This record gives sequence, structure tokens and C-alpha cells, in this order.
Amino acid sequence: MAIPSYATRGERLWHYAFRGLCTLIFLFLIGPLLVIIPLSFNAEPYFTFTREMLSFDPAGYSLRWYEDFFTSSRWLNSIKNSFIVGICSTLLATVLGTTAALGLTSRHMPARSVVMALLISPMIVPLIISAAAMFFFFSKVHLAQTYLGVILAHTVLGIPFVVITVTATLSSFDTTLIKAAHSLGASPSRTFFKVVLPLVTPGVVSGALFAFITSFDEVVVVLFVAGPGQRTMPLQMWSGIREEISPTILAVATLLVLLSILLLTTLELLRRRSERLRGLSPG
Amino acid sequence: MSESTSSGVLTTADGVPLKVSLRRAVRRSRFKALLLVAPLLLFLGIAFVMPIFDMLSRSVANPEVPTHLSRTVAALEDWDSQSGELPDESTYAALATDLAEGHENRAIGRLSSRLNYEQSGMRSAIMRSGMASRTMEPPYKEGLLEAHEAWGQLETWRLIKRESSPYTMSYYLAAVDMKLSPEGAIVDVADNQKIYQALFWRTFWMSGVITLLTLVLGFPIAYLLANLPLRKSNLLMILVLLPFWTSLLVRTTTWIAILQSQGVLNDMMVALGVIADDARWQMIHNKLGTIIAMTHILLPFMILPLYSVMKTIPSSYMHAARSLGGKPFLSFRRVYFPLTIPGIAAGGILVFILSIGYYITPALVGGQSGRFITNYIAYHMQTSLNWGLAAAIASILLFVVIIFYLVFNRLIGVDKVKLG
Repeated sequence: MAIPSYATRGERLWHYAFRGLCTLIFLFLIGPLLVIIPLSFNAEPYFTFTREMLSFDPAGYSLRWYEDFFTSSRWLNSIKNSFIVGICSTLLATVLGTTAALGLTSRHMPARSVVMALLISPMIVPLIISAAAMFFFFSKVHLAQTYLGVILAHTVLGIPFVVITVTATLSSFDTTLIKAAHSLGASPSRTFFKVVLPLVTPGVVSGALFAFITSFDEVVVVLFVAGPGQRTMPLQMWSGIREEISPTILAVATLLVLLSILLLTTLELLRRRSERLRGLSPG
Repeated sequence: MSESTSSGVLTTADGVPLKVSLRRAVRRSRFKALLLVAPLLLFLGIAFVMPIFDMLSRSVANPEVPTHLSRTVAALEDWDSQSGELPDESTYAALATDLAEGHENRAIGRLSSRLNYEQSGMRSAIMRSGMASRTMEPPYKEGLLEAHEAWGQLETWRLIKRESSPYTMSYYLAAVDMKLSPEGAIVDVADNQKIYQALFWRTFWMSGVITLLTLVLGFPIAYLLANLPLRKSNLLMILVLLPFWTSLLVRTTTWIAILQSQGVLNDMMVALGVIADDARWQMIHNKLGTIIAMTHILLPFMILPLYSVMKTIPSSYMHAARSLGGKPFLSFRRVYFPLTIPGIAAGGILVFILSIGYYITPALVGGQSGRFITNYIAYHMQTSLNWGLAAAIASILLFVVIIFYLVFNRLIGVDKVKLG
């Protein structure tokens, strides 16, 4: 993308205009996330920068909304619920999804594309429709307003992510490595633990992370299927935004942005590790 | 391991013909593959597919009249709705018994709302007659007519006879602003009661605008990322992936903080003197708010497929086009752009499908004018409790989404979907 030395003036102008345009679009993408971080330290109950904040007066900043968050039993309880539901549904989705991915990557899997389309469909069907359908059905079988109901619903939503990620990892798995290990004298179990598992684990872990964040961020299904006892953090945020709008929401939002940064870093490290193990990239 | 027999058929070491043995092995591994997928298929079948079918069946289910007015329905069997005469005394007696029983076991509320969807005023007719029928003495016709005048009208009886079937189309008709006339013909509802056609239309055109905006904004970014050296583009990719993996509610909240009338953007404009303090822009709780927030939220879904397609276009193509004398714009339009069309199709369909099914963002920043059809599904689920209508609207939306999904699957293939 460097400008060649023979570029005309018009081309140079276009080059810089294009760069400027891209900068603006990047700003649109990332700016909103950057705005809320300082706002969450607001000393006043406003959703905007106060005069003190703009003049960098320490009095304009405070941790009161974080304090509010960490001392509120409603928020803490909702975090607990989010983790219970998130961890259980992730485990279930990962086990079911990984097993299925093993079958899907088999050369002899019949009707693969149809099965795949079905397994991915929870990602495509609008959440409100899944939520309504699960609400009707779960009420009939007494699963509505229970932890089990919410966990099963979130397992359904997490499955496509596990299936996509693990299938991608497995289909790029080089089976000659297994033969190589055998020919070098490794036992089947040693081959599995020393060769197969290290290569496949990053894919399974990233699939599980996708499933977890899906559950951790999900509000529509929870809105319909969960009862008052299963209020998760997104549901608490949802009612917070609709009812009493306080900067505590912004403090929670900031913490969640940090969480996604953490998640993204983990995913990137996993990706690099798997590329290195496969010898796709040096170092 | 195989050897030729006298007949010339290849066999394995234990004498089985090679073809048979091979077929057996394929069958075994096919069975093994199916066995591995089976638990997940079973799980999704129970926890996802069955609920969807249950919802579809609910959109046509019509149990209220056949169950709670079973005697009346049986008595009406011989009544000719075109005869112009009211049913006989035995039908009125059956109705009184049904209503008394319904009042007893509290089923009458659901029955009255069901009939009220079809014809307003039926709720009070049923409720009042239900109350009266507990102590009613024959002749029932006089008694019921005294309780409510609706029982003296042919239309009421025609309605009950029409709704005595266990299935109904009326929820679907209501979902597209139509209804059955007393004569059984499909007619439009009164103009001032029409809402859903306009809502479907609004959902589609706003999703179209959002898709177009994500394309306009996403195309340059994908182009830049695909043509920068890997080290730089990986770094910039974080700027796309971070919003992608940030909570949807967080991103919606930020737009509320930025766009509201006492928000960051308006405050900035006032401070800079661009607008007066009392003339702040209304950028949220309307269509504009929905479009801005959803464009931001769905932009990564456009950039990622575009990027993965552009990554495969060799840069030598553009060089060749230029060296053959093509002007920059012409080379781009005739050579590069056509090669990106698969990416545009993938991103466009994906964004459009996701957009028409969005609920959270329109509900929080859309106000009254920026709401989508999904918001009315939620409304009928939670507030009006007209679940049949909610199921019918959801089924129509599901149908549209499935069509786009099939097109997407045909064009791109779901297994090609990448997750950043």
C-alpha cells in the first residue's frame, strides 16, 4: 500500500484521502468504546462529561459507580448467575459440539451439509424467535424459570460456535502426523496425548470461549426463559438501561470491555500457538 | 493383502471379496460418524427444533372454542349459518351449560379474549353471560338474551361456528393486517388499525439501509486490511475484533451515552457553538438512533467476510490491469470489484439476516418510530399476551430468515463462516 515513486499528484492525494477515510471509520468502530471508559469514573450521576472532568480536576472523577457495583447484592447475584449458567452451558456445548465435530470431519459423514446447516441454525434464527419458541415449549415441560432451562437454552446458542471452530481445527489437522508418530514407535495413547491433543486443544478452547461469551452476553432468551431467581448480568443491565439509568451501567460496561480485551488476547494467543505447533508460522 | 482368486475377483486375506470388504468398512465408518453426531442432533432436536415446531403449531392452534364450548359446537352442527334464523333453544341450553362450566373452572377468560380478537365486544358478552348462566333457568334463550344482546345477533353465532375448527388462519391474517369477514371472506382491516404491514416493511427497508451503510463503511476497511503488510493489518484487525467481541448491551449503552440529547455529542456541539443549547439534536429514540447503533454493531459482520475474500485476490491483477493501460478507477471497477462480489454477497446477506431479527438495540434506542417487527413479537408475548399472534408474526419472520439462510448456504456454505 506504499505509494510508488511514480505516482501522480492525484494518486497521492487519493492515497491520503483514503487513509483519512479509513481512520474516520476506525474511529467510528472503536470510539464509542473509548468514550464510556472515562465516563464511568464520573463523580456526578450524568451520562456526559462534566466541566470538572474536562478540566481534569480530580474532584470530577470518582470510583463511586464501581463501589456501587461491587456492593450491590443485585449486581453481585447477577454475576453469580451469569457464571453458573455460562460455565454449565459452555461445558455441555463443548462436549456435545466437539464430539459432533469429530463425526462431521469424518470422510464418510452422510448428508454433511444438511447436518451442518441444522447445527449452525441457532446462530441464524433470530434470538427473539428462539426465545419465544423456548418459552412456549419450556413452560409446557416445566423448564421455564429454572436454571436448567436457561442452561439448556444457552447450550443451544453456544453449539454453533463450538461446531464451527472445532470442525475448522480438525479439518486442517494433518493425519500423517499420527502415522509419523506411530512409525517412530509411539504407542496410540502416547500419540494421542503428545501429538493429537496439543494440536486440537487450542481449537476446542477457543470454541468453548466463544460459547461462554455468547452465554455471558445473551439477554433475549434469558428475558423470556429465566425467572426472577435466574437474573443474569445482561438482564440486570437491560433493566438498568430501561428503568433507572445510572452510571453504574457504564462501570459495568467498562468492566465488560476489559473482559473482551482479555478474551481477544487469549484467542489471539491460542491462534498463534496452534499456528506455531502446525509449523504454519515461525517462532 | 489382497490376492486374485481363480474367478478373477480380488479378495482380502480372509477370503472376502475386496469390494464387499471395502463397502463394509465405509459403512462402519459412516455409522461411527453418525454415532458421534447423534447426541448433538438429539439434543438440538429436543431443545431447539421441537420448540420451533411447537411455536409454528401454536400459530394455527385454535383450541378455545372447541374445548370450552364443546356442547355448543355440537349443537350448532345442524344449524345452517346462511338460514338467517337464530339457533334453537337446545343450542342456547348447551351454551348456558358451557358458559356455567367455563365460569366454574375459570377457562372463560381465555375463551372471551380469543373471541374478542375476532370481534370486539365479545369479551363482555362472554363474561357477563358466564356470570348469569350459573343461576339461569329455562328458557335459556330469553335468559342469555337478557344477559347480553350479542346472543340475538346472527354474526355472533356465525363467529362461533366458524371458530369451532381446531385450526385457524386468523392469527396469520392478523399478522398481515387482514381478517375474516362474518361471511368468511378475507378482507383488510380498517386503515386506522393497520400496523403490521408497515412494521414488516419498515424492518426490511431499515435493515436494507443498515446493510448498505455497513457495506459503504466496511469496504474501505476490508480493502485496507487486505492490502497492508500482515504485521500492520493484524494490529488494525484488533480495532475490528474488539467491538465484535464486546457485549451488545455495552455497545448499545455507549450509543445512548453519546447520542442522547444531554449526551456527549450534543454537549460537544453546544460547547463548540455549532448548535444552540435549546436546539439539541434528537438523534436517539427514533429511526436515526436505530440505524446508527445497528450499523456500528453489525459492521464487523460485513468487514470479516469481505476481508477474507479480498485476501485471496492477488495484487498482480491490479498491476496487470494498470500496465495494460487501465486508469486506476477503471481497473478497480472492471478487475478488482467483480472479484469482491462473493464477499459482498456473504457480508450483505449475513448483515441483513441478523438485522431483521434484532430486538435489543431497536428496543433500547429505537423509541416508537424506530422499532422493528421483533419488538411487537415481544410485546404480544409479554404485555398483550396474545401468544397466537406472537407465534404467527415470529413464524412469518422465521420463514423470511430461512429463505435468506438457504440462499446464503447455497452461495457461500455455512461451513465457510469464520469467527474472526
